[in-house]
Amino acid sequence: MNLMKFRPLFLLISLSLISASIFSIIKWGFKTSIDFAGGSVWEISTNNSLSRDQIDQLFKDNQINLSSVSQTGQKFTLKFANITQDQKIKLTEDLKKLDPDLSELRFETLGPSLGQELIKKTIYAIILSSIALLFFIAQRFRDLSFGTSAVLAMFHDAFILIGSFSLLGHFFGAEIDSLFVTAVLTTLSASVHDTVVTFDRIRELKLHNFKLNWVDLANQAVSETIVRSFNNSMTIIFMLLSLVLLGGDTTRWFAMALLIGVVIGTYSSTAVAIPLILFFKRSRS
Amino acid sequence: MASLQPKRTIQIFWTIIGVTFLCLIINMPAVLPVKIHWQKINWEHTFYRPEFSFKIGSFQFKKNLDLRYGLDLAGGVSLTFSIDTSKVKKEDVPSALESVKGNIERRVNLFGISETNVQLSAQGNEHRLLVELPGIANVDQAIELIGQTAQLSFKGEAVLAPEATATATFMDVFSKDTQLNGSHLTKASVTINPNTAQPEVSLEFNAEGAKLFEAATKEFLNKRIAIFLDNIPITFPVVQSIIPDGRAVINGNFTAKAAKTLAAQLNAGALPLPLKLIQQAQIGATLGQDSIKKGIFAGLIGLVIVCLFMIGNYGKLGLVADIGLIIYGLITLTLYRLIPVTLTFPGVVGFLLSVGMAVDSNILIFARMREELRAGKPWNLAMELGFGRAWDSIKDANSCTIITALILFNPFNWSFLNSSGMIRGFAVTLLLGIIVGIFTGVFVTRNLLRVLAKNK
Repeated sequence: MNLMKFRPLFLLISLSLISASIFSIIKWGFKTSIDFAGGSVWEISTNNSLSRDQIDQLFKDNQINLSSVSQTGQKFTLKFANITQDQKIKLTEDLKKLDPDLSELRFETLGPSLGQELIKKTIYAIILSSIALLFFIAQRFRDLSFGTSAVLAMFHDAFILIGSFSLLGHFFGAEIDSLFVTAVLTTLSASVHDTVVTFDRIRELKLHNFKLNWVDLANQAVSETIVRSFNNSMTIIFMLLSLVLLGGDTTRWFAMALLIGVVIGTYSSTAVAIPLILFFKRSRS
Repeated sequence: MASLQPKRTIQIFWTIIGVTFLCLIINMPAVLPVKIHWQKINWEHTFYRPEFSFKIGSFQFKKNLDLRYGLDLAGGVSLTFSIDTSKVKKEDVPSALESVKGNIERRVNLFGISETNVQLSAQGNEHRLLVELPGIANVDQAIELIGQTAQLSFKGEAVLAPEATATATFMDVFSKDTQLNGSHLTKASVTINPNTAQPEVSLEFNAEGAKLFEAATKEFLNKRIAIFLDNIPITFPVVQSIIPDGRAVINGNFTAKAAKTLAAQLNAGALPLPLKLIQQAQIGATLGQDSIKKGIFAGLIGLVIVCLFMIGNYGKLGLVADIGLIIYGLITLTLYRLIPVTLTFPGVVGFLLSVGMAVDSNILIFARMREELRAGKPWNLAMELGFGRAWDSIKDANSCTIITALILFNPFNWSFLNSSGMIRGFAVTLLLGIIVGIFTGVFVTRNLLRVLAKNK
């Protein structure tokens, strides 16, 4: 199998995915959850006696700006600014006057400073993981270009995942929250996990066929590992797909983010990491 | 090599069976009624999960084996307070923080719920207190109670008429206000009496406090003065002399620990740190139960598909991998119960994700085996070679995932990394999953295959 002859095609695919991500991020940005922007989310369940207009009016009377209301069946999800405990108690009392059987499913409120912190901590975590993985792989394979390629492929995956959530946010309302951060970091590791298996095969082949050039080595390694890479990803994909389709609302987007990450991670091991090694090897010789 | 050490392989095989059986018992429901009515068979029996408690000498071991659920699954509230330390001298901040924590823990215990968590954290110069209360009904009342600044008051013993003593409550006995309160107390600390070498609690009052305290010691000489924290008495020493300089010592037969607790309680009132609620998350219990149900259902469906996929792709080998996967699931669940791991929703996703990753080792090994078989090697040799060759890839690839999971878990509580419960819950199940996955994927399936191959 001469997969490496498709390198220009891989480059084209990756470039278009990255451009689409950049375009979406600039044009539409992200739909951030209160984890990042601060604010409140309130999920309440009512027995039909409460209407949307009543809720709107009640928030207007309390001078709290309601930024979004969504209704599924008897469940309302309200989003508004960060409020104090006294405001919360007042709102609950007022709502209970309208509907005494009202039940609160979930209430969260947090200030904007915590969101800034989350972004900062995520960036530190990404930098720390990249450095750790770069050194680990470079050390295991005694070759810095292996480490660099794996880490670059990993960034490629993370960036496309982030970009895809900008698109999903614009069209389907997917939010960036602290779980998404976890998904990005997991994608980093899953991406490298897959890449390392292919690298491992190159290392082994190189040991026995030191006369082979890098392109032939890469082709042989890829064709020997692609079935296992595909099969392995399939098992993870089955698991996540089942969670996306059947799991609860709370983690649907989280599972979706992991799913996208795994798919891109599998693709990038063959189509990004290996071509990058070939690029480094050629430019050196 | 299997053929060289048949005895050892058999031993390992039975150990695996034994461990699996033990895990199965630990994971069975606490009460399991079984009713079999089939044709002539009428058999009913209720199985109980055995209690894991035993005694070795004076050491008693008792383990609660119930799975623990986090706030998002069990329902409850998580509160983050920002602690205002501006009014306390810098050197007193650490002891003041400990006092706040102890005081909040004491208040939280009043709710009578288990598995509560009170935790201090620092963010730059800002100190925070995280309070988690699972399964609490009246959240607003709880927030009010926890957010209050601690109140210390000193009350003198009243002389009661003899006929009233029998019915008098503690509050009736100590009904004389001394005007002294927490703001008059500068600091409480544990000191060691140089004569008796016993631990004592020293109190230091400020100028106004010293005057009030002098008056109080005069008034209640040889009587008792009770000190109340949030209207609960914490100590009631007898005044032995008039103290004019605002430096008092409470002694008694304190253990070092009791003296420390008392000093911390006094400091909670002396060094009050106002709390400001900056974040709260309340999850209703019904939402959590719904999530658990859906998550378990989705996980089972996913698991069945993965198992079928492995059998479809690798035949009998796949079946052995599936058995390995079931053992993996049992061991992981057992570890959750023993450690214990508090399961959150992201944690459940981490577990399911690691199931997908656990079969990866087997896929790697089987792919290698096929290569060796294709090269004309006999089955036994191909299997051993497959495991040997795949080990390098398994080790390297999983090390990378372990590195990331560790950074997510943040074991050293580095303040520049995340320490939120959600992300940690995910990291810990992922980490356990990978480690157990390597064990079952390599060690367990290898030995199962050795035994099965021999019987062929």
